[in-house]
Amino acid sequence: MAQSLFKKTGSLFRFMLRRDRLRIPLWLIGITFFTLIVPIAFVDLYASQHERDGLAETMANPAVTAMVGPGDLENYTIGAMTSHQMLLFTAVVVGLMSIWLVARHTRADEEDGRIEMIRSLPIGRVSNLNATLLVLCVTHVILALITGFGLYALGIESMGLEGSLLYGASLGGIGIFFAGVTVVFAQLSESSRGTIGFSIAVLLIAYLVRAVGDVGNETLSWISPFGWVTQTEVYANNHWEPLALMVGVAIVLGVLANYLNAIRDLEAGFFPARPGRKKASAFLQSPIGLAVKLQCTGMIAWAIGMLVMGVAYGSVLGDLEAFFEGNEMMEQMLVAEEGYTLTEQFIPSLMVVMALLATVPPVMAMLKLYGEEKKNRIDHLLGRAVSRTRLMGSYLIISVVNGFVMLSLTAIGLWSAGATVMEEGLDFGTIYGAALVYYPAMLVMIGLAVLFIGVLPKLGSVIWLYVFYTFIVLYLGGLLDFPDWVGHLSPYGYIPELPVDEMEWVPISILVIIAVILMIAGFIGYHKRDIEG
Amino acid sequence: MSVLAVNNLTKRFGKFTALDGVNIEVNEGEIYGFIGPNGAGKSTTIRVLLGILKATQGNAKIFGQDAWSDAVEIHKHIAYVPGDVNLWPNLTGGEVIDLFVKLRGNNNKSRREELIQKYNLDPTKKCRTYSKGNRQKVALVAAFASDADLYILDEPTSGLDPLMEQIFQECVLDVKSKGKSVLLSSHVLSEVEKLCDRVGIIRQGKMIESGTLSELRHLTRVHMLVETKQTLTGLYELEGVHAIEEKDQAVSFQVDAEELDNVIKHVSAFGILKLESTPPTLEDLFMRHYEQKDESEVGGAS
Ligand SMILES: Nc1ncnc2c1ncn2[C@@H]1O[C@H](COP(=O)(O)OP(=O)(O)O)[C@@H](O)[C@H]1O
Ligand SMILES: [Mg+2]
Repeated sequence: MAQSLFKKTGSLFRFMLRRDRLRIPLWLIGITFFTLIVPIAFVDLYASQHERDGLAETMANPAVTAMVGPGDLENYTIGAMTSHQMLLFTAVVVGLMSIWLVARHTRADEEDGRIEMIRSLPIGRVSNLNATLLVLCVTHVILALITGFGLYALGIESMGLEGSLLYGASLGGIGIFFAGVTVVFAQLSESSRGTIGFSIAVLLIAYLVRAVGDVGNETLSWISPFGWVTQTEVYANNHWEPLALMVGVAIVLGVLANYLNAIRDLEAGFFPARPGRKKASAFLQSPIGLAVKLQCTGMIAWAIGMLVMGVAYGSVLGDLEAFFEGNEMMEQMLVAEEGYTLTEQFIPSLMVVMALLATVPPVMAMLKLYGEEKKNRIDHLLGRAVSRTRLMGSYLIISVVNGFVMLSLTAIGLWSAGATVMEEGLDFGTIYGAALVYYPAMLVMIGLAVLFIGVLPKLGSVIWLYVFYTFIVLYLGGLLDFPDWVGHLSPYGYIPELPVDEMEWVPISILVIIAVILMIAGFIGYHKRDIEG
Repeated sequence: MSVLAVNNLTKRFGKFTALDGVNIEVNEGEIYGFIGPNGAGKSTTIRVLLGILKATQGNAKIFGQDAWSDAVEIHKHIAYVPGDVNLWPNLTGGEVIDLFVKLRGNNNKSRREELIQKYNLDPTKKCRTYSKGNRQKVALVAAFASDADLYILDEPTSGLDPLMEQIFQECVLDVKSKGKSVLLSSHVLSEVEKLCDRVGIIRQGKMIESGTLSELRHLTRVHMLVETKQTLTGLYELEGVHAIEEKDQAVSFQVDAEELDNVIKHVSAFGILKLESTPPTLEDLFMRHYEQKDESEVGGAS
């Protein structure tokens, strides 16, 4: 019995590797490239210990700690810099990779009826699940080894063999951890969207819990798997214990998922299914109503996420204020900007990250139009008295409103938390302005999504690369001293950094015009092309 | 009067020609059967008719308007059931039906309830839980609950059980009795035979035959099963007799429609004990067409 449950896991494992023979290597190459390129750049940019100490000085504040975690600032070698600036961030990317890969091989395959075909063969009930876990484990072990040895091979003095291997192992460990998380949600939730959504929610919460913990409360950090990642103190004290924690919890999750999978029906979940409505509500009677209804849960989840993120960053501001008060040198260094408190001067660098994250839900809302097309559901609408303009317009309206709401929520979260923890409080107008100034750049991203859907729908997901590019440029731009044009390849590079910079209307207006042009071109293209099926 | 006219329609996907000079005409109050094997191009034709795909060449007109540029106007008077009904997993069947009916414009509430009952559909269930047949029922209820002038149905019965097929046929005949037109695509030939006034046959993107069923009879064969007093001989020498098989005392064979008279004369000379004949099916018509074509191709080559 027990044996028959796992029958043919090996064959499925090989089959999955074959299906992912491009996908996994691309992920691995991308992550490794990224991991190795940064320390090389650091060696160039911060050659002397003096320069590095200068950098460490600006890093020694709670806002940075909230974002990238604690680091060995006393002894800021290239190794310490790399693990401080990059490890946590790369761990998040590895976590996302795990979530996507696992969801793809478990719930997505099940939802589309492919697992049913597999199960009709002489294959065990939990074989698919374990083959997936095996694929993920192998992938992450490889990732750990190549990044680990790769970092060591750079031959940078402060990056020894043990630290390098621990760096790689931490990435692999967090990947295995999130494979465990996702595999459980793949049992609980009935849809792949739900599986991915819940898993990403766990990832974000883990990140935020760590942020709050790292700044104020170390015990809190120990609850979060991302806390474990930073506790390894790679290239400083090299703690291996947190790794055991990651893998241990992942094993528990894997066993739990096996149990849940073995006792449930195929294509069923554990979250209760509510009986539905017999008739459509007055709301669900138009393309826009339908589109809202389809995305409602996801949008609410994102909205909460954005608010929580704003609150999390906002709550750091109090610590930041206290930190500046005790640090005269800093006060002298940064006081140059008149009229703004030191804390307020940190707001742009928080805002840009939040604005970029807030761009994800509206772009998703827009790309959903093509997702529906691929699932053959657009025919139902266009086959009735719905024009393409109305259809695309409905999605565009949702996307544009969505983006506005998301940005507003981050600002509200940041302001309200900041106002409570800071002595003087914050001016709401200043914060809200600093957030909304990114709206035109967001509109350009949405416009680009419209253009892709209208003209080259198959390449729609390229837009995520662009978002990711922007993120890298903005996140690392200051640190790696990129030339200006690198930042100017992204609309976000043209946004004035309120409240420190002056407001500039020209680039803002141009961005809006570009967004409108992209959208019009997208609509025209959508009118001319075949609907796929 | 023609409700739907397709003229020399060609559709290419890249280099692949899915439709090659297709012509179709459906008149008012007529049920038109659109038959072809899988991958022949039925769905592609229908999606061009709906303005979802753009014709590479030729044109398609419905109610005299262009299928591509006047799509929305046309769709106010059309009901469509796609071949592959994909629905939103988290909406209920009832919600989807309402949405679909609403999106056309005109509403007919009483018909909705009646049809849901008739098709034995539970409208409170999420589409996620529906079988293929049930998803098709949702689309059929939505289609027949609306007062359309033209019904475009793409293999609508491929997931239905025989009982539901019966109900479907009633629905189609019902709209016909109201003077509406129907374009019914199918690879189930018996269904088309029962319902359709005219048929068009498509294969590999080309229309190979079209006309009323009786016009196509010359392509069909009657199946016969005879038992005679004396042993039946000489069948092989007769023209137009095919697929001869001896079964116990009886002999079964197929006869080309135009040779029927000769064959009966010949057979009756042996003293008929039992004679069963089954009318030609569209399957035969199909076979026959390809055979003829093969023969003529062979002939042409020699
Ligand atoms: N979007 C597309 N791109 C390329 N080929 C297509 C596309 N849609 C259909 N085809 C091809 O066109 C042919 C006709 O398909 P279809 O109209 O669906 O046949 P059917 O008669 O079974 O409905 C098939 O060979 C199919 O593979
Ligand atoms: Mg088809």
